[in-house]
This record gives sequence, C-alpha cells and structure tokens, in this order.
Amino acid sequence: MSSKISREKFIRSIADLLRKAEIELPDDVVDALRKAEAAEESQVAKSQLQAILKNIELAKKYGVPMCQDTGILIFFVELGTEFQPGFDLEAAIREAVILATAEIPLRPNAVEPLTRKNSGNNTGTGIPDIHWKLVPGNQLKVTAAPKGAGSENMSSLRMFNPTETGSIKSFVLETVVNAGGMPCPPLVIGVGIGGSFDAAARLAKEALLEPLDAPMDSFEKEIFEAVNSLGIGCMGLGGSTTALSVHVKTAYCHTASLPVAVNIQCWANRHASVVFRGEE
Amino acid sequence: MEYHLQTPLKKEDIDKLNAGDVVYISGEILTARDKTHSRILEVEEKGEELPFSLKEAVIFHCGPLMRQTENGWKVVSAGPTTSGRMSKMTPPLLKRYEVRAIIGKGGMKDLASALKDRCVYLTYTGGCAALAAELIKEVKTVHWLDLGMPEAVWVLRVEEFGPLIVGIDTKGKDIFAEVREKAEKVLEELKG
Repeated sequence: MSSKISREKFIRSIADLLRKAEIELPDDVVDALRKAEAAEESQVAKSQLQAILKNIELAKKYGVPMCQDTGILIFFVELGTEFQPGFDLEAAIREAVILATAEIPLRPNAVEPLTRKNSGNNTGTGIPDIHWKLVPGNQLKVTAAPKGAGSENMSSLRMFNPTETGSIKSFVLETVVNAGGMPCPPLVIGVGIGGSFDAAARLAKEALLEPLDAPMDSFEKEIFEAVNSLGIGCMGLGGSTTALSVHVKTAYCHTASLPVAVNIQCWANRHASVVFRGEE
Repeated sequence: MEYHLQTPLKKEDIDKLNAGDVVYISGEILTARDKTHSRILEVEEKGEELPFSLKEAVIFHCGPLMRQTENGWKVVSAGPTTSGRMSKMTPPLLKRYEVRAIIGKGGMKDLASALKDRCVYLTYTGGCAALAAELIKEVKTVHWLDLGMPEAVWVLRVEEFGPLIVGIDTKGKDIFAEVREKAEKVLEELKG
C-alpha cells in the first residue's frame, strides 16, 4: 500500500492549508466573537469587537493574513499506521512552509534564540514545530496552527505540590490578570493538567484546538465564569468578555507532582486541517 | 469624544485628549519595536543623528508584513504589537525626542508619569492587521532594514488611521491601569 498523493501535491496542499489558516478563522471562533459583540455593554469594548469582525471580513475579502504576526508555524500530524507516504513528510512540510512564506506571504518570524538572527523563511532548528501522533487507520491528518507571540508570551506553567489542586483556578486567573490587554483578549484559554513538565504544556496547546462551542464541564465553566468576572474585556480596555472559552485537558502524572500549564491564545484562534486518504 | 488629527502633532492636539476618547490620525507615522528602540537609544548615546525625525512624531509599535513590488514596498498586514515590551525603553526615548503619540496595543505599565505632559498612548485593536493595512496609503521609506522586516523603521502615510482609543492621556489617566486594578480586586475576592 502506498499513498495516493505525490510529494509535490502534498507540499501544495500544506501551503494552501497555511494560507487558509492565516486568512480565515474557523466558524466556531467567528460565531463566538459575534456573540461577544452582541452581548457587550461597554461601548469601547464593543468598538474593538466590531473592528475585529470587520478585520476578519477584510482579510477574507482581500486574501491577506488577518494579523501581521503570522506566528511560528505549528503542525499537529496524525499519521495512520497503514498510511505510507513514500516520501519524507517532515522535509515536505518544511518545504511547504518556505513556499507559503514567500507566496502568501508570511512574516519571517523564526530567529535563532541567542543570536536572534532571522532565517528569513520561517524555518530553522525545531521550526516548524511538528507534533506527530501515530493513529490506527489509512489516513493522514495535518492541522496547521500558527501561533503569535503576543499571546504565547503570556502563557505560564507551574509545578504545584500534589495537595494544591484547589489552587489551579487561581493560577489561571492570575495568568489572565497579569496578561491584561497584552495577549489581545478575548482569549481562548487552554489548560493542561498532569503529565510532566512538557506534557502539561502540550495538553494546554492541544486544548486550544477544541471547538469553542464544545460543551464545557463544570470545572471549565467555573474557570470561564471567573475569568469573565475580572472585567478585563476586549483588548484590556474593560468589558464583559475576557475569554471566549476555557478548555482543560488532563493526563495522569507522578503521585508526587502536579504540573499545570496555561496556554493563552488571542482572539485569532487560527487553525485549519486537511485529511489525505491512503490507497485501499 | 472623537478627534481627527493631522501629523505633525502639536502639544495642544494631544493635551485636549482624555483617556477613553476615540482618535483618527492622518499623515505620517513611523513603526518601531524592540530592536529599533534599542538602536535609537544606542545612536543617542553615541551622540549621533537618527536617519529620521522623531520631532512631533507618532510611533507605531508594529512589525508589519510587507511585500516588495516593482513599484516599491506594499503593506500586506500591519497591526500593532504588544507595547509592554517597549515600556522600559520608552522613558529615555521620550526624554530625548519630542514624540507626541505612541500607537500600540495592550497598554504600557507604569508609564503614565513618563508620558505626562509629553505624549499620549493610543491603542489600536490588536490583530486587526488587514483593517490597518487598508488605512495605510503609502510606504514612504524604510530605515534600518538590516534589523529585519518586523524591526525596521517603516515610514507610513496613513489616512483616518483608527479607531484609536486614548489609553493613557497627558494628564496621567491610564485606562489599562484602572482595569487591571479592578481585576486584581476581583481576583482577591475570588481567592477569599
């Protein structure tokens, strides 16, 4: 068995996927922003939400990235164990990033961390950031999730004592208060609890991909309501919508530890997916 | 109140603005972010001249996405970047140069006193880069492109650039600080 798709077609599809992710927000995100605008009572916050909605329309109309921070490029790849691509997927994704950077275009954001030298094409050691998951089946799903720095910089991780589960909500709230208007609220908040130091952060990032209209459990709802009672509002100028959603993902962890990660996402919760099917 | 201002900005233009007012700016604005601020301060320290003027200027915290065409540079996407990163470098810059307005997003912590009687902080909706690009009519020139596209100083001609909200006025009123203070109080209550 081999994949139906050629390397060239795959690269084209991934570059198109990046274009979609940068230009169009998923429907659930746009719906959540519309609802926030309709419900907002602060005139200043309302004007900011209206600007956001207009910006979303213009980006789509002109086919340009909705935000000039086109992010670092993060991919979540679910590779079916029976899917045989027949070429180096990682190298092809890198090539697609270089192609998309030139043709969309994307802002070159990737720099060497110490010299701060910009590679100019959004690739470098470890970038794009590709997360692989092997799944049963004969298909390949690629999700592109560009992540801007404004919101990523406001994220936090803490290794709690195992007895401190009651402090998790406060930790999320403190993170949101410290961030204020800097991460471009209304926010999408991903919380990862458990796993290990790095696994908690990964869970938090994966939580950002949850549909915003997915039902929240009682813990998520409790945090969500508390966050919105802070009054930070759109862009930190005050208002009733500070977050559009809160989703929590958990994993078993060591009995002696309790890692908690809070990944902050701006209103531009950009992501898009494509599925390739292998030959039957 | 809503104001429509033309650059270069005079002191009386900004003195009348109050936190919460809506402003639209037409004329020339310059982009500057992290590395640009450090270089401006380095140039000043050496006693050299800047290749651009900051007199009565408007600084835009922005690292735009540009495209080079046969007819020069074109703006693709150009929204504000997080102003907080420039907070420490701003007071020395304001001391030396007569910058009248800073446009950014997210607020600038503990800067109301440095801005007092000198400069206003205006906030533009974060992430609204396609909207901003439509209001930028011309890329007049670019300086320090060696810093990279996002960090270079782009001199832009804008028309009715806004809506901008006055976040910090020249009287020391800071909306972001007020919102933050309230949020901290709510947090304390929630913690019990």
